Amino acid sequence: MVELSGNLLFAAFIFYLVAILFFGGAIRQKKGLEGSPYQNKPVRSGKIAMTLTILGFISQLGYFITRWIAAGHAPVSNMFEFITFFSIMMVGAFIIIYSIYRSTVLGLFTLPIVLIIIAYGSMFTKNVTPLIPALQSYWLPIHVMTTAAGQAILSISFIAGLIYLIKTIDASASRKKQFFLEMILYCINAVIGFIIIKLVFAMMNYQAVFEWVDKEGNTSTLKYTLPAILGPNEWNLLTAGRMEPILEMPAFIEAEKINTVIWSFITGTVLYLLIRLITRKKTAQLFHPFVKKINADFLDEISYRSVLIGFPVFTLGGLVFAMIWAQIAWTRFWAWDPKEVWALITWLFYAAFLHLRLSKGWHGEKSAWLAVIGFGIIMFNLVFVNLIIAGLHAYV
Amino acid sequence: MEKVKCECGHINPHGTILCEACGKILDEKINQNDLLDMRYEGSARRSQTYNKTIIDKVWNFFSSVKVGVTLIVVTLIASIIGTILPQEGNLSIQIPVNQYYEERYGWFGKIYYTLGFHDLYGSWWYLLLIASIGVSLVICSLDRVVPLYKALKNQKVTRNSGFLKRQRLYSEKQIDYIDGDIAIVKERLTKKRYKVMEENGNLLAEKGRFSRWGPYINHIGLIIFLIGAMLRFAPGFYVNEALWIKEGDTLAIPGTNKEYYLTNHQFILELYDESDGDVYKEALNQKGGVVKNYQSNITLYKAEASLPGEKPKLHKLEDYQIQVNKPLKFDQYGIYQSSYRLNEIAKMTFSLTDKESGQTFGDITIDLTNPKENYDLGNGYRVELMSYFPDFQIEDGKPSTKSSKPVNPAFAFKMVTPDKPQGEVSFAAIQQTIEPMGENKYKMSFKSVDTVNYSGLTVRKDLTLPIIALGGVIFLIGVVQGSFWYHRRIWLKQENGVILLAGHTNKNWYGFAKEIETIVHGTKIPVPVDQTLLKEKKSMEGQGGKSVG
Amino acid sequence: MKKKRRLALRTIILTVLLAAIFYTLYANLTKDTRKTAAVGEEAPDFVLKDLEGKEHRLSDYRGKGVFLNFWGTWCKPCKTEMPYMENQYQQYKDQGVEIIAVNAGETDLAIETFAKQYQLSFPIVVDQTGEVQKAYGIYPLPATFLISPDGKIVDYIEQSLTEDMIKNYMERIKP
Repeated sequence: MVELSGNLLFAAFIFYLVAILFFGGAIRQKKGLEGSPYQNKPVRSGKIAMTLTILGFISQLGYFITRWIAAGHAPVSNMFEFITFFSIMMVGAFIIIYSIYRSTVLGLFTLPIVLIIIAYGSMFTKNVTPLIPALQSYWLPIHVMTTAAGQAILSISFIAGLIYLIKTIDASASRKKQFFLEMILYCINAVIGFIIIKLVFAMMNYQAVFEWVDKEGNTSTLKYTLPAILGPNEWNLLTAGRMEPILEMPAFIEAEKINTVIWSFITGTVLYLLIRLITRKKTAQLFHPFVKKINADFLDEISYRSVLIGFPVFTLGGLVFAMIWAQIAWTRFWAWDPKEVWALITWLFYAAFLHLRLSKGWHGEKSAWLAVIGFGIIMFNLVFVNLIIAGLHAYV
Repeated sequence: MEKVKCECGHINPHGTILCEACGKILDEKINQNDLLDMRYEGSARRSQTYNKTIIDKVWNFFSSVKVGVTLIVVTLIASIIGTILPQEGNLSIQIPVNQYYEERYGWFGKIYYTLGFHDLYGSWWYLLLIASIGVSLVICSLDRVVPLYKALKNQKVTRNSGFLKRQRLYSEKQIDYIDGDIAIVKERLTKKRYKVMEENGNLLAEKGRFSRWGPYINHIGLIIFLIGAMLRFAPGFYVNEALWIKEGDTLAIPGTNKEYYLTNHQFILELYDESDGDVYKEALNQKGGVVKNYQSNITLYKAEASLPGEKPKLHKLEDYQIQVNKPLKFDQYGIYQSSYRLNEIAKMTFSLTDKESGQTFGDITIDLTNPKENYDLGNGYRVELMSYFPDFQIEDGKPSTKSSKPVNPAFAFKMVTPDKPQGEVSFAAIQQTIEPMGENKYKMSFKSVDTVNYSGLTVRKDLTLPIIALGGVIFLIGVVQGSFWYHRRIWLKQENGVILLAGHTNKNWYGFAKEIETIVHGTKIPVPVDQTLLKEKKSMEGQGGKSVG
Repeated sequence: MKKKRRLALRTIILTVLLAAIFYTLYANLTKDTRKTAAVGEEAPDFVLKDLEGKEHRLSDYRGKGVFLNFWGTWCKPCKTEMPYMENQYQQYKDQGVEIIAVNAGETDLAIETFAKQYQLSFPIVVDQTGEVQKAYGIYPLPATFLISPDGKIVDYIEQSLTEDMIKNYMERIKP
């Protein structure tokens, strides 16, 4: 059953991949602007693209259901499961937004991001783990799934905002803006870099074991799956013939994780430089042809609407349900645990977003930048808080 | 402050921008060509009009959305700082707090601690931030909702033409005979659940006004939430105690003033094993053991009144198995299974042994909670327990104990045997035997240990929960109310043979425009045009066609 | 709305908000300070058993001054002050001053050994459950409360005591 679920996930991946091509084709075929949901008659490629997307979505749902049956509990209990479910919600959110606005450009940008997220999630251990007592509750699916749904809808606002920025920030915009836009694309590059480098070394079965001294002064072992550029405190390489660290980290830093981050940025930078050298253009410029056929205001509207729908859902799942469950399981509904605080930060941020939009008239580009920052906060919560900042929610 | 009388006859409060009834522009300062700012229906926000006393100045400061957003952003950034290093409240350490941060995180930890960030969310300035947001919520809402309500209540069907011309969705057309079309439009509007009002051939169709109150409802929800949080500090509202109880013990439940007692019969810890499913095999191998369940089998008692130190009479209330996610609830209290401590030494068994021959002369079992002084083994063999140190250390050359917890037990024995009637003294600690009087013939050899498990329970009473829950629910209602519905209004006016059609909504202009289109479809009534798009086009043409869309 | 009424209304609202803020800040800042039994208040009554199993009730000692000392065998300053306490006890016990030494829940054996070693003659009771320590709100040891003959707390001393200090204290609470 677990195998079946894995295959269904893989099938979904292929569906989305092909759908991207058809979205691209649909944009080329289109005449005129995507400017209003009521003037967007879907072209043939667009229809095929959406059919493939929906098929992929159904396949992903199949993965989810079969894994639930196999594991005996809702498959949202570790990094792999959560990230994969998050990607399902993103596709779902996209389908909903598409049904309102019918924007093929949105599809062209959403699906690749979904693929990157699925691939990133697959880098984590896929073992089906039984639930520890704290998770044995029907609140697990309720809280986690609603939060993921809210975050996914908010992420659509990021994508619309990103497209807006790519569209409006061209060579005539200020250098600062161009720089920050490139930064966003560079970060996406870094994620792709992480995925590539992990796959490469996983295929080589690279492993290096180190002995090191932790913060309590005890000696223990640490396994590296990437060559060690940064080594742990007082390291001692046990596996012969493996790379020796260039720098040594103090005891309270998780050397192996920081090492992985460094590798991601190195690979990402290499990728980025290659793209720049080969195409002789800024990454943002590369995407220009794809965003020509959409009205900027329209993107702004999509972005805003996504926040408007996503904010209540996120509040419900990430704060209300979370607090109810925390009260039952941990005796207190709020303890300023890093994960809880970052959920609060996300919530405060989008509250500020809505106020700035409604009362201070922050439309268009300002709103797009905010949407990008908001996604950054969500990703920080998902990645860094889970992996690096220790707390009750620590997954790894 | 004089009120302003509009030419339509309605009397408006001082400072009103658009007449509450007909919408005519009363404030000369407004640019005659811009689209109208409809956020508050052009009503006079009190804070903008009265600014004399210090009270007014404070009021105006807090009624500004800019100030509110700034407070939100500052709170946001401050919250981030508290996640960089673990907060004091989430640590369980033995050494003093200031030492901990410096030792573990170096100079950064020292600075973090000195600046008070280790307890950021309980600090006075963070509380002040949250309190300020609360104040801002109250004043912002009051300042706006009252005028808005009045304006929406006083609006008339027939609006000033200038008002209509400056709406975002607007169109006008010269038409002669229109009554039949108006009837059609009326019917369609009613079908689409608009409330249609007519006056002199003019129409006002409105729906979803309730969604305008959404933001104010959700602000009320937040205020109630904050009030609940504030009541936490009120006496009697909140109890949070830890109860460590080992198997076999009966203890008073802390925080209940000795009103309730608990007996821990057994603590159970279960790990997952193969019988739970093949599918988990790999994960279990990798992790080396995943906890499946831990629980305390307890009995709850009600106690008669007693003084501290007194053992009261107990009346049994119920048996229960406390598990994670399944707390014991009684009266206003909840007892939660939070953690556990396994294998604390409860009893130690020693054998009186002849060192050379290895012959043993009997066992003694020492109960570490209540060690006896004398253990008679019969036949003239006797062991005296001279002293007992639960947490053994050597201080100033003498043995003493660090604490009262049996972490590192050590014993001073006097072994009395028929051949050594004065007794030999032997000092036994973990993994070491010291013979202070010189070489002994006998020793107490360690035989076995009985351990006991401690169950970690949390006692909680929180009367603020219902208030906080209420605040949360009202907040959600307000957010949903404001986000998922729209306030839409369509005005239709006939003036001198010209039909004017205008529309306004607070959200989702695209959907609204489409809806109006279907309403006037097929009639002679003109489809309204989005004037912002027109303006953009004009401004683009003026700039030489820079591509925006 | 008339100007005066508006001003009055705003003032009231702001005052209420300000009061709420002050209350919250004040309550938060004082919640952590453990409520040590306060000087001037009546000393919380309690019942504890000594090593012979005899019960000692604080209120039974009305009419006598009570030197209430909390201690443990692991507490170094306690060991230093015990002999001084014993000395002064000999002087003052006929003058109506009683010492009650509350041990913080150790084993009988440990207490007996200690009492024998230091030849202590005053009543030593055992606070097995920690309830009395909690009632008096103390945490660090040693802690001493001076209780007057009519049951009120006269003083609370957190530090280790010299013989002179003990003498003074006993003077203060003798009836």
